[in-house]
Amino acid sequence: MDKLVEMKNIYKSFDGVVALKGINFEVGFNEVVGVLGDNGAGKSTLIKIISGVHSFDEGEMYIKGVKINPKKYSVKMAHNLGIETVYQEKALADKQTLWRNIFIGRQITNKLGFLNIKKEKEETDKIMHVLMGFRGIGVNADSAIKTLSGGEREGVAISRAMYFEADLVILDEPTMALSLQEVKKVLKFIQNIKDKGKSCIYISHNIANIHPVSDRFVAIDRGKIVGTYNRKDISLEELSEELIKYTKSSIQINQDERILQNG
Amino acid sequence: MDNEEKNSKLKKSSQYKSQIALLIMTVSVFGLFMITSPEVFFKGRIYQAFLSTVPIMGLMALGLTFVLAMGEIDLSFPSTMALSGFIFTSTFQATGSVTLALIYSLLSGVIVGFINGILVTSIGIPSIVATLGMQFLIRGFSNIISNGLAKTVALDKTISYKIFAEKLGVIPVQSIWFIGITIFFYFLLFRHKFGEHVLFIGDNQEAAKMMGVNVNRVKIMVFILMGIMASFAGILSCYRMRTWWPTMGEGYIMMVMAAAFVGGTSMFGGEASIEGTFIGSFVIGSLEAGIVAAGLSGFWTQFVCGVLIIASVTIHTLAKRRK
Repeated sequence: MDKLVEMKNIYKSFDGVVALKGINFEVGFNEVVGVLGDNGAGKSTLIKIISGVHSFDEGEMYIKGVKINPKKYSVKMAHNLGIETVYQEKALADKQTLWRNIFIGRQITNKLGFLNIKKEKEETDKIMHVLMGFRGIGVNADSAIKTLSGGEREGVAISRAMYFEADLVILDEPTMALSLQEVKKVLKFIQNIKDKGKSCIYISHNIANIHPVSDRFVAIDRGKIVGTYNRKDISLEELSEELIKYTKSSIQINQDERILQNG
Repeated sequence: MDNEEKNSKLKKSSQYKSQIALLIMTVSVFGLFMITSPEVFFKGRIYQAFLSTVPIMGLMALGLTFVLAMGEIDLSFPSTMALSGFIFTSTFQATGSVTLALIYSLLSGVIVGFINGILVTSIGIPSIVATLGMQFLIRGFSNIISNGLAKTVALDKTISYKIFAEKLGVIPVQSIWFIGITIFFYFLLFRHKFGEHVLFIGDNQEAAKMMGVNVNRVKIMVFILMGIMASFAGILSCYRMRTWWPTMGEGYIMMVMAAAFVGGTSMFGGEASIEGTFIGSFVIGSLEAGIVAAGLSGFWTQFVCGVLIIASVTIHTLAKRRK
């Protein structure tokens, strides 16, 4: 068991559209991996398979050396294996309170399934003050998510992952809706994960953000892995050049396909 | 700190604004009845009547509140009520066993709910279409198996009649069932894992899924819950009238929905008010009697009902909009 996540020749399609075409991907222990690629390249599908939202059609996946059965794998199992995912801001329910959003799917309950609301609220207060650094700004455990700013929402999603102490934190475009100040917080959070000996998969469009905190980069294009780079071996400029190359070629190919179809 | 306190106070006031508005509306409706026909509304009998009739629609409104909280709708419950009523009376006639009749009847509600749930989740039909189809299907089915003939049953000779149809002192037992189930549903929706999952699905289905909620299973269970409530309403109806009739449940669909909407539950999902549905059921359920007692024709019922729905939903919507 030398890898935290190991994917071999993974295929996934949705209604006949192939999203992943034979992906070989791995994340080591205490490794931060940045996943790069254009919209629709397959980044989100890749991480949703790891976090148990989607199953895969073909191939093999191992988590901490355990072979995963795609038919049985679920978000709950991923949680139990220590995988936490922070999805953009989409994974929060707007009309529900902060404390409900922190504990959804992992509620503190009695034997009959009734919620221990007092405990959940207390824990939420702790999370807010210690992990999120919210202080006296009119936000409390009872606030509905829709009253929070974009940065605060991201903070809630990230704190949720931190609270449950994952071995692998997956971040899906965590800096998209954030101010510079808030981006710094997220990067610090990733550094924390690394310092604690945990692992992280980080998806981003923004190469400049992702570069200093990553150990390794994986570039995906149209469902395939097209490049793997160690940060030590590649500078930010070189990495940008590489990616532009792929983006260009994919635009070129799209144009060629269109010409073929039309002509 | 000042700011925080102010903010939470503000939030609370808007939270309760809807409920206060609902109470004012209820009081004014009954107040109006008392003014227009004091000889009826200053006596206990009319309230006793309400306490035995309103729970039958109120129970279905409670079930529907769960369905609405999940962002779905169920139109099949009036037919389910009829089917379960038929199964209840015919099982009782055939076997003489109330227990067996209750089990089979409630089971039919479970099955209808399960089918609704499968149509909506596994097949992916929008709930409004799936349950519309089921509404016709079940009504037709119960007419076919009953030959469209009413049944009279001697339920008043069983001990169970005391539990399902008589009065406890001056209080009709139907209302005790209604209050008990309302309290249970309140805790189920707001204090239980299951209810939290229902609210999250209605609010943001994708988020619920990503956080590990088994969306399909919860949806099926909510449709089953609705089916059980419709069955139970059918059973109570049979006890009350000691008769099953083929059009049982017809006319309830709009009233039940109105009760939930007047109570402050919205169609958008993710939020609901169990106590609102409880009060809304009494407001909607007492309109007809009040209007007829006032000497107006029954046509006025629809008109007043419409006014109440529009007014209350407007108030609920405005109360939510203010931050």
